Amino acid sequence: MTLQTAERPRLSTPARIPRTGRGEKNKVSRWQIWVPLGLYLVFTLVPFYWMLVFAFRPRGSSSLLPWPITFDNFAVVWNDLGFAIFFQNSLMVGVASLFMTTVIALAGGYALARYDFRGKKLFMMGMLCTQFIPGAMMLIPLFEIFRTFGLVNSLWSLVIAETVFQLPLSLILISGFIRNVPVELEQAAWVDGCGRLRGFFAVVLPLLRPALVAVGSFAFIHSWNNFLFALMFVSDQEKFTVPVGLSYTLGEFSVDFGALAAGGVVAAVPVVLVFAFIQRYLVQGMSAGAVKG
Amino acid sequence: MAITTANPRIRRRPGRAARTPYLLIAPAVVAMLGFLVYPMASVIYYSLQNYNVTKPWDNGFAGLDNFRRLLFEDPLFWQSLGFSVKWVGVEVFLQLIFGLALALIVNESFIGRGLSRALVFSPWAVSGVLTTGIWVLLYNPTTGVSRYLADLGIMQYGAAPLANSGTVFWAAVLAELWRGVPFFAILLLADLQSISKELYEAASVDGASRRRRFFHITLPHLKDAIILSTLLRCVWEFNNVDLLYTLTGGGPAHATTTLPLYVAAKAVQSHDFGYGSALTTAAFLILTFFSIAYLRMSKFGAKA
Repeated sequence: MTLQTAERPRLSTPARIPRTGRGEKNKVSRWQIWVPLGLYLVFTLVPFYWMLVFAFRPRGSSSLLPWPITFDNFAVVWNDLGFAIFFQNSLMVGVASLFMTTVIALAGGYALARYDFRGKKLFMMGMLCTQFIPGAMMLIPLFEIFRTFGLVNSLWSLVIAETVFQLPLSLILISGFIRNVPVELEQAAWVDGCGRLRGFFAVVLPLLRPALVAVGSFAFIHSWNNFLFALMFVSDQEKFTVPVGLSYTLGEFSVDFGALAAGGVVAAVPVVLVFAFIQRYLVQGMSAGAVKG
Repeated sequence: MAITTANPRIRRRPGRAARTPYLLIAPAVVAMLGFLVYPMASVIYYSLQNYNVTKPWDNGFAGLDNFRRLLFEDPLFWQSLGFSVKWVGVEVFLQLIFGLALALIVNESFIGRGLSRALVFSPWAVSGVLTTGIWVLLYNPTTGVSRYLADLGIMQYGAAPLANSGTVFWAAVLAELWRGVPFFAILLLADLQSISKELYEAASVDGASRRRRFFHITLPHLKDAIILSTLLRCVWEFNNVDLLYTLTGGGPAHATTTLPLYVAAKAVQSHDFGYGSALTTAAFLILTFFSIAYLRMSKFGAKA
């Protein structure tokens, strides 16, 4: 019954829709939605559930319910395996790349959206081309560069590498959003005596909030998840990030499954929170920025 | 005067105004020149050198020697390239099919749509290493799904998909599918929402069936989004090593080694940077050539 209310808009002109022997063509039955969706939900959620069960159930239990609930695995992972430090490192790298990516992309995106200048096409082309540069294959030369600057084994190497790889897409996204802000709004601010900079902060920036949320979260999630750079550029255990720490719990022969699952939960919590926060904007962000920009 | 300044394309002080956009893109340009373009150029340079940290006496200009070795003396190059093609092809094809289906489903209006979207999209945010962690649990014969199915009498005990060379490929494909499908679903859903409802209404007034509407309205509209997302995904799947590196380590016996994994192994384990750079250059050329050919052949941007 509730479903009918949801579908009412589609059926608002039933009289004009020609009927055939197979019934109304416009209508999708509940089964056609829920059977495939339900199967897909099982495929999506069972892996998450498996991780939660192994993280929260007592060691040695073989129950498929996380009961009696225990935090022993988390104590092991957080204190003994060093995830407290890994978490802090990942957080620092994530937040730093978030800020650097957003600020640089904001400046560049504004230039692309609001100015015509010589070399603009070249710049756009260059940014699109960088999408084809294989990140995994830049390991050797990037390592050499970071060694020259003395940044090997420093978290800054990760921040820089992350920012650079996130930058092109973020810049294109943001410039698409800025283009959607009417110039007239800015012009009104200039008429009122604002400079370009103040006009930007007063008028454009507040309207860019969804764009900033999208770009910032992409940058954070990517940097939080990055494994290869962190594995290659940092060898000091004090500076490991969460994915690297997690990869060490995947030891080949004696895997501690409880610790693995708990480490997984620690790795998942921040991105799941960020995702829950942005997922409503995700689809809008894609259509507004990426497709038009 | 205010009006002159108000127009962004006409400015009072041309000297200063002309500089502004360059100042604004300068940080991005510097970052990308320094950490993307220069490294890429140096990879190409090293590919023409003998450069091995463990054999410094041999270092020097090598001409195309590294490439000769790669083409004619290295079966692992061809094997890993072949596997890359198979991996990317299977993965992107399945992700597209499931992603499109998923986007079409969650584009319908039904109760619980918002929550369903959030849930089915959620693996998008999960890292390769975490995916490995979760699927190792699921595949392991003592902790995995098969053990609990065996408890119920449905399966035999001891199924270990990751240890068996016959199943390891599909085991890896399934795990990557889990976190890859949402990418397509999100992008295609965004594009689906931009199709005007009136088109569908007009078509159904004319008596077009659901299937006809899908093939004559939806698919042509999605064409460019599909081309672009499959291309980006091909490049991404080709380059990304996190999942295979941690899940199978490229094994058993190099059976799941992609080209980038092979490069990483060459560079890191044997310190043969010259040869590793040649492999990198080869991979970059292959990707670029593939991308151009793909965009040409699919007539990207042309009216459907």
